[in-house]
Amino acid sequence: MKRFLWPLAIFILLVGFLAVGLNLNPREVPSPLVGKPAPAFDLPVLHQPDKRFVPADMRGKVWLLNVWASWCVSCREEHPLLVEMSKKGVLPILGLNYKDKGEDAQRWLKQFGNPYQLSVVDADGRIGIDYGVYGVPETYLIDAEGVIRFKQIGPITPAVLEQKILPLAMALRK
Amino acid sequence: MRRLLVLVLLSLFVFSSMANENKPVDIQTEQRIRQLSEKLRCLVCQNQSLADSNAELAGDLRRQLHEQVAAGRSDGEIIEFMVQRYGDFVLYEPPFKSTTLLLWLGPFVLLAAAALVLVATLRRRRRAAEEPALGADDKRLVERVLGSAAPRREHDEGTR
Repeated sequence: MKRFLWPLAIFILLVGFLAVGLNLNPREVPSPLVGKPAPAFDLPVLHQPDKRFVPADMRGKVWLLNVWASWCVSCREEHPLLVEMSKKGVLPILGLNYKDKGEDAQRWLKQFGNPYQLSVVDADGRIGIDYGVYGVPETYLIDAEGVIRFKQIGPITPAVLEQKILPLAMALRK
Repeated sequence: MRRLLVLVLLSLFVFSSMANENKPVDIQTEQRIRQLSEKLRCLVCQNQSLADSNAELAGDLRRQLHEQVAAGRSDGEIIEFMVQRYGDFVLYEPPFKSTTLLLWLGPFVLLAAAALVLVATLRRRRRAAEEPALGADDKRLVERVLGSAAPRREHDEGTR
């Protein structure tokens, strides 16, 4: 009896490990930037290229930095949700227009609606690298002190918004 | 005419040797960048290194490598730059720290456990084999009961 108990125990352990391993998403790389100050940048604004924006301008506010591009297909997936959020005034959303062409980006916003307070232009993707961007869209929740509190890789879903982003933003506002 | 030819050939030789003098430096930096980009994972196509990947981000990151090497940064500083942004995941060889303890030591622990089991099993088997089928007392008893009819020793061994 004891003879069979050991292999059975090892088998169950192995199944447990495999079950956990198979349910992990290897595409989701945990960002080392969560809990760290948002990297600084100084970039031109999409609609007013002579104006510049730095993240310090948003000090004292809890806000979302959404990395997007007109060539990005999954950005279209989350876009209606962002537009709805901006209509309700839930959180200020700023856009980081990543490796895009100015006219394409503006046309895209005209077509699908512009949920952003403003978008900044990261034409060569350098700021994207500073933020550890590897797949667009990506969204960062940044608190009043300018610290990144949450990172969403891939489109924001209603579930992620309601279960993670909004409760965290509420808590951070207090 | 002949002098001109010699001059041209000589100048060719000089220029080509100059070109050769420049090359080794370039090859060295190229090799360094190549080695660095082989240590780093492409985040987009995760089973390729930066060196092998054609993804656009991999190109951008290779450009970063070039720029930082040109700026005179050390390999350690460049790796640190990548880890700060993309985490340990960007490294093909995970660092040795508390969260990766199981990863690094696990195989050795398993090996040691397997070796212990093997030694224990072998010992148990040898003990079982060494133990005579009949003890000395048993043999005396057999001889007393059966007397001369008791099998001889060689025979006894043979049937065992």
